Amino acid sequence: MKRHSRDDGASFRLGSTIILSVLAFLILLPVVLVVISSITDENVLISSGYTYFPSKLSLDSYYYMIKQSEMILRAYGVTITVTCVGTIISVLITTMLAYPMSRPTFRYRNMLAFFVFFTMLFNGGIVASYIMWSRVFQIKDTIWALIVPNYLVTAFNVFLVRNYYVTSVPLSIIESAQIDGASELRIFFKIMLPLAIPSVATISLFTGLIYWNDWINGLYYLTDAKLYGIQNLLIRIMNNIQFLKVSSNVSLLGTMSVDLPGTSVRMAMAVIGILPIVIIYPFVQKHFIKGVVLGAVKG
Amino acid sequence: MTKKKKKQQRASSAPLLLIAAPGILYLLINNYVPMFGVFLAFKDFNYRKGIFGSDWNGLDNFRFLFKTHDAWVMTRNTLLYNLAFIIIGTVAAIFVAVLMYELGQRSRVKFFQSIMLLPNLLSWVVIGFIVYAFLNADTGFINNTVLKALHIEPISWYSTTKPWPFILIVTYLWKYVGVNSIIYMASISGIDKGIFEAAQLDGATKMQQIFRITLPMLKPTIIILTLMAIGRIFYSDFGLFYQVPQQSGRLFEVTQTIDTYVYHGLMELKDIGMSAAAALYQSVVGFLLVLGANALVRKVDRENALF
Repeated sequence: MKRHSRDDGASFRLGSTIILSVLAFLILLPVVLVVISSITDENVLISSGYTYFPSKLSLDSYYYMIKQSEMILRAYGVTITVTCVGTIISVLITTMLAYPMSRPTFRYRNMLAFFVFFTMLFNGGIVASYIMWSRVFQIKDTIWALIVPNYLVTAFNVFLVRNYYVTSVPLSIIESAQIDGASELRIFFKIMLPLAIPSVATISLFTGLIYWNDWINGLYYLTDAKLYGIQNLLIRIMNNIQFLKVSSNVSLLGTMSVDLPGTSVRMAMAVIGILPIVIIYPFVQKHFIKGVVLGAVKG
Repeated sequence: MTKKKKKQQRASSAPLLLIAAPGILYLLINNYVPMFGVFLAFKDFNYRKGIFGSDWNGLDNFRFLFKTHDAWVMTRNTLLYNLAFIIIGTVAAIFVAVLMYELGQRSRVKFFQSIMLLPNLLSWVVIGFIVYAFLNADTGFINNTVLKALHIEPISWYSTTKPWPFILIVTYLWKYVGVNSIIYMASISGIDKGIFEAAQLDGATKMQQIFRITLPMLKPTIIILTLMAIGRIFYSDFGLFYQVPQQSGRLFEVTQTIDTYVYHGLMELKDIGMSAAAALYQSVVGFLLVLGANALVRKVDRENALF
């Protein structure tokens, strides 16, 4: 009997491996098409479309991008700046908010927790928020438009750090520091912030990914293409393609052609948008998975 | 507690409040101030007259909104897509999680997880490009390779409504199945291994173990995640519905959701009153749904309720 069920387990393992391999293959396929298309010869693309087995390869689209590198480097610069500055500010404010909430002797602990929590239940909607940021704070067409609205503090991250403090940092550390006469500010920056590093790693990762991939703030608050990051540049390229399709105006074609890269260059641009993430991801996967599990267990 | 101690405590809360101040200030501005902006839904907003100077017009914005065909379309789309995502998404995530668990070897699990999580790291803009590589009429893979091989006439995908529910659901699954399966895998890993061993000794096959042990043990997780998703059923993934169909007007009947409607109203039609009304409609119904879902979670399992 036991022998039989063990065999069952082995064949099940094999079956799972096969099914998951097929699934993984299917999940990768669309990304592979984009990568191959980016190195396909332009004439092949025009005659046979985006294909997995192009008859001729060419690196022309990447040469083109090097020639147009000013636009692309600029967009990269914006995206990297926004991601770094946004993540640092966000992590700092978030831990500073989470720490007092973890102190059992802090009077306003529960009030603060509710204050943060309520933002998950109800929001005023994008219309009021858009009018506030653009009219009251005049944030349109500034770099702050990409950093400040929406993403700096999320209840999810605050609770993630607070729970980490509550479960993993013993109160005795704070008490002994207090006996030594350290001020609250000193305790936070010298002791509690460094101690929070495991949870900080997780929220930095989530926040960094949000900033890297964000295009919504750019969509609402930017009209000046100079401030476009990688994502908004990609949107502009796609819009120009659509725009040309509906207008048969030839003279317009002439003026727009600078902004309109060839069929393979579009895909090369997409590859450039993905590349940094794919390079960094294997090193941070562990923290990422941990964060997903933590968030799901208790928000 | 003695008087002295209480005084000490009160004194000690000031520095802590100071530390929390930047975060409190940010949430006040970013999250709380716009909540009071909901009054815009009851105004005939005029840029020249400003936020407070514009005339009140009572429920007119709502009356106009619900008279339009759009109101029905966006509500229907938002609800039906979310319903499909909840049902199909949950089944797919559990399927993958069970298979992952059966792999046993950690290195293999890690390998498959890396691949399945990849789409979750891509922005909707990039995913829009990927979908475009498949669907665009002139150079798309589907028209040029797949349909040609099947001797079917090319289809103008971005102006044909019929296939879009399918396309959007597949795109959603592609992006999220990996990340959703992690959560279920974590709760399968939490099941006492002794139970499986005992079942094995009694001669239970793997299939029986999955249907009699794993799935029943997952029930609380499934119920809670589903109820939480129902709480958000009035909100849609803006990127999915905005970037993937390339904002093609011909597709609005099957791609317009409340979020894309609010965007169009606000940024393209500049109809502040109407989009504010739609946003408020979303916030209020969404809020009620969260409360309802939470009440249900509390009934099922107090521990996992949000409040």
